[in-house]
Amino acid sequence: MAVAEPPIVEIVGLAKSYRRGDQVVPVLQDINLSMTRGEFVALMGPSGSGKSTLLNLIAGIDTPDRGRLAIEGVDITGLSEGELARWRAEHVGFIFQFYNLMPVLSAFENVELPLLLTRLDRRRRREHVQLVLELVGLADRADHYPSQLSGGQQQRVAIARALVSDPTIIVADEPTGDLDRQSAREILDLMESLNERLAKTIIMVTHDHLAAERAHVVRHLDKGVLTDRIERPRARATG
Amino acid sequence: MTGVPLAYIFRNLWVRKLTTALTAGGMALVVFVFAAVLMLAAGLEKTLVETGVDDNVVVIRRSAETEIQSTVDREQASLVAARPEIATARDGSPLASKETVVLVVLPKRGSENPSNVTIRGLSSTGIALRDQVRIVEGRMFRPGTSEVVAGSRIAEGFKGAGLGESITIAGKTWTVVGVFDAGGSGFASELWGDTDQMMQAFRRTAFSSVIFRLAPGTDYARLRKVLEDDQRLTVEVHRETAFYAKQSELMSSFLSVLGSILSTIFSIGAIIGAMITMYAAVANRTAEIGTLRALGFRRVNILVAFLVEALLLSLVGGLAGLGLASLLQFYTVSTMNWQTFAELSFAFSMNARVVMQSLAFALFMGLAGGFLPAVRAARLDIVDALRSV
Repeated sequence: MAVAEPPIVEIVGLAKSYRRGDQVVPVLQDINLSMTRGEFVALMGPSGSGKSTLLNLIAGIDTPDRGRLAIEGVDITGLSEGELARWRAEHVGFIFQFYNLMPVLSAFENVELPLLLTRLDRRRRREHVQLVLELVGLADRADHYPSQLSGGQQQRVAIARALVSDPTIIVADEPTGDLDRQSAREILDLMESLNERLAKTIIMVTHDHLAAERAHVVRHLDKGVLTDRIERPRARATG
Repeated sequence: MTGVPLAYIFRNLWVRKLTTALTAGGMALVVFVFAAVLMLAAGLEKTLVETGVDDNVVVIRRSAETEIQSTVDREQASLVAARPEIATARDGSPLASKETVVLVVLPKRGSENPSNVTIRGLSSTGIALRDQVRIVEGRMFRPGTSEVVAGSRIAEGFKGAGLGESITIAGKTWTVVGVFDAGGSGFASELWGDTDQMMQAFRRTAFSSVIFRLAPGTDYARLRKVLEDDQRLTVEVHRETAFYAKQSELMSSFLSVLGSILSTIFSIGAIIGAMITMYAAVANRTAEIGTLRALGFRRVNILVAFLVEALLLSLVGGLAGLGLASLLQFYTVSTMNWQTFAELSFAFSMNARVVMQSLAFALFMGLAGGFLPAVRAARLDIVDALRSV
């Protein structure tokens, strides 16, 4: 057996609560979770269970009250707002339920956005963008605007945007929540292949069982507590 | 590190064309008023400054301020005109002109409204001293006759002042035998005739002023001191350029103050308009702001993006306002100069200073209107912003 890889996501005793008037509403209580490189984890749970909050914390767009949250060994809970922004640009790829593309920018320009925060020159940026657009099968739609694309195509552009800076982790919040069954299946196929062929670490929040089935590990959240853990054998397992 | 791409900012303005056009249009109107008043002041200044020739010197009675208020008696005028520092003509006579300047009331063409007109009595030397003046119609008046020539503005604007017409002043009929162009100077708003004829008609025993050309290499400051210190003279001495420029001060500063007050009041409306537009832009794009922040753009990138958007918006307004105002250059205003109480014609004049000030004013409105919305955009919480899809 190979020596166990160090976890890429390591969460210990993470807690988060919201203040609503005078009341403190706990959202996450004592979360412990670890993910290895190349793992594909689905977070499921009823509305208000805190799964989106957990995803936001891992993505570095929200901050916990206490606990340790380390990505590749770096505890991001101690980073300042500016450091966190730079960290996100380098390490996190986002996929949203409603794609969140800039309507006034073309597919190419949307995908290029994260690269504007890097030191890459124009020519290198172009190469990167074209590469990921080919990867998601939209190389011929580079000049199209989001309004000229179908929902499934828009989500592909968003996936290309999430991939372009080669992030450490990809976080996906209900990536199929706004898509018809066929488009949803295509998006899940794409995500699965990214995970299998490019060894991308993906953490996905979903309500959809079909989506969750694609993950290696399904974790359930209920009232801010992680409950069971269901594993599914890896498709590319060498046996 | 680059910020939010300009294409994003620019296209967002382009996408909401109507809102952009209306907001920029409001600003354009304010910039138009602002630029128009500045152009009026600049035109007045330009006209009066161009009236003077740098080497010409004006001598008037001490503390008279204008030629109308001045009297220089024959003896003093002769003393001044005999100075050796005065340049001489080819025939050896001094280039000095003793002149009479009187205000007369003439009816305007069309409306018949009476208005003050400057009439100047001068000699052929006096005409020679004004290089910028040339006859465009008819001929120059002959000395010793009751002929006059009219400045082009007067010929156009006043009844009886056109070529071949005649006017009655001081109980005497004067025939207009020529019209002169004065190259945009204040002389275009004057009537010129023979000095001696004028003095007789107006029963003057003294001149109003003495104008002379400095001989090359003359120390003007010294000459000025000599003349002003001379016990026999009660005169003050001015360079002609400075003399006329000073006549524009009161009115042009009044225009500037009036313009500033009007523009300030109007600009409040335009600033509020820009603010509403930009607040709406922020509200409509909250999810986009959240997305940009999630991707790693910082608060300051967002702040700058929205400020640039507001500044671009105001630049469009500013340019449109200036474009509109530039059409005013084809329009000439005729009004009374309060310093001389005489009718003066001048054109709106656009120069680099007017353009810069108007654009700066437009950008200020954009900045003032865009600042609070930009701050709001920059202060949005990422998670809340993303939830607003």
